[in-house]
Amino acid sequence: MPLDKYLPRQVKLGPNGERLMTSAMIASIAGPDQRTKPAPFGHALAALAESNPAIIGMTADLSKYTDLHVFAKAHPDRFYQMGMAEQVLMGAAAGMAREGFTVFATTYAVFASRRAYDFICMAIAEESLDVKIVCALPGLTTGYGPSHQATEDLAIFRGLPNMTIIDPCDALEIEQATAAIAAHRGPVYMRLLRGNVPLVLDEYGYTFELGKAKLLRDGPDALLISTGLMTMRALEAARALEKDRVKVGVLHVPTIKPFDEATILKEVNRIGRPVITLENHTIVGGLGEAVAGALMRSDTRPARFRQIALPDQFLDAGALPTLHDRYGISASEVVRRVKEWVR
Amino acid sequence: MGSEGTAGSGHIPNISLAERAYHIRRHALRMGEVQGQGYIAQALGAADLLAVSYFHALNYRPHEPEWEGRDRFCLSIGHYAIALYAALIEAGILPENEIDTYGGDDSRMPMSGMAAYTPGMEITGGSLGQGLTVALGMAMGLKHKRSAAFVFNLMSDGELDEGSTWETAMAAASHKLDNLICIVDVNNMQADGPSTLVSNFEPLGPKWEAFGWHMQRVDGNDIPAMAAAFDRAKALAEPRPRVIICDTKMGKGVGFLEERERNHFMRVEADEWAKAIAVLDAGRPA
Repeated sequence: MPLDKYLPRQVKLGPNGERLMTSAMIASIAGPDQRTKPAPFGHALAALAESNPAIIGMTADLSKYTDLHVFAKAHPDRFYQMGMAEQVLMGAAAGMAREGFTVFATTYAVFASRRAYDFICMAIAEESLDVKIVCALPGLTTGYGPSHQATEDLAIFRGLPNMTIIDPCDALEIEQATAAIAAHRGPVYMRLLRGNVPLVLDEYGYTFELGKAKLLRDGPDALLISTGLMTMRALEAARALEKDRVKVGVLHVPTIKPFDEATILKEVNRIGRPVITLENHTIVGGLGEAVAGALMRSDTRPARFRQIALPDQFLDAGALPTLHDRYGISASEVVRRVKEWVR
Repeated sequence: MGSEGTAGSGHIPNISLAERAYHIRRHALRMGEVQGQGYIAQALGAADLLAVSYFHALNYRPHEPEWEGRDRFCLSIGHYAIALYAALIEAGILPENEIDTYGGDDSRMPMSGMAAYTPGMEITGGSLGQGLTVALGMAMGLKHKRSAAFVFNLMSDGELDEGSTWETAMAAASHKLDNLICIVDVNNMQADGPSTLVSNFEPLGPKWEAFGWHMQRVDGNDIPAMAAAFDRAKALAEPRPRVIICDTKMGKGVGFLEERERNHFMRVEADEWAKAIAVLDAGRPA
């Protein structure tokens, strides 16, 4: 909860005396020393559309903020601006899909999952139509406060039959997942990192496969099961932990639905070690509970089960690094907590 | 105009629209009798506009419901399914001998209209305020394909309460969708009472006009007036969507049901269905 609004405040400075500011929503989440790729979704979709005339792009006044403007510039006759009306966006995407098109509909994750849910449920998912809902600002990726922080979107869409759900980690995965979901028949919800997106997974010889979890590194001391940008944090934490002779495995689960229970169970059973899930999402109803359910249903008892996730709260406004530390999803916080749990 | 090829259901082709409306009412009453309940008052009220839609305005092939060149008819008001099934039976898209399955397990005619269940049902309605958004997308898709087909969307006056209706009204005009024809059935009755008292949508015509639509308001039980309105809506050269507001009378065609109050989900006693059919038959058009 925010502090008492009647208490006066002073400017807060960072460790080097710098002002800690909330970044604009269009800003990149990349750290200063991270390699990045610009607008991976927009470029990937524009390229796919060259060979697939069924691809249509639609947005609700957020083309620039979802990188769809790259597609719109390359294929202006296949881009539709629906205005700041997410219900219309989803209904119209359903209608376009009924007419045989593969529709990529973009907005922010909060507006898709909250405002347009009934339209996604009844007009798109119930009919299993070919609409790909691609949404920026997933989880805690803006400091604007709860109006723009989609901390419960995975929980909402996990309950929806027919819906495929992807939480990609980096620019490489966004490119590959965009191609994969365009080829997949049926509705998809994909979380999107936009702008200059960190590039990480190329170092791991990684290839995205729809519905598949992949082990990115192995280690006997703990198994980190992560999705979305938390895989970046898990890998960074794993490298830091290794210096302290703590060796952890990282299993990346970009497809939240359908859930790759087989690979998860195989990795949990392969070596008896603590299992720690990491997600940029509330602790309620996301990756962690999906893993827990899979373990319980198969009578699998890991040595220990812990979740790194956002708390079941409306989160604060502020600068993202501050908030990621505050809510325990920064790499340093991951290292600190994993050390506690593997002891 | 009218359906391409033969009219279905074993009825004589080229019979009058009034006769079609009579048959639609009769099919609906028979379905109501099977289930012992239903949105029969709305079905009776909307029978004339459905007769004009399916036997005057729409282009379709009864034996090829997904023919690419067809005009699309979206039923946003899912609970009017009983009325649309009656029209689809009359059009030869659904078989008349399945009337007694209406609302039963495994029927192709469930109580609320759904695309996956029923030939000729273009969309899944029922979440009110949604149909027009999907119809908008279909109209955009048809234009993208350079198809000459129209999209019709039938909505109720209750759906005027939903914000998505007006978002769509704005978007459709913005996209200059001259292939989108919205039919608003104004029977002035929704779940909690008269629609204009639940949330007053009047003055309705000027609202649609202000949103950039070509607007006509007609007596929804005056078949020649509606046929002319549909003709105008289709022939119009203006690059904007069209709305036809149809003022209808709930229970139309069966006097004692027209008079009944609180008729959103009208209670009809078991012995009244046969009486209603008899009243309808007595007033059958010559």
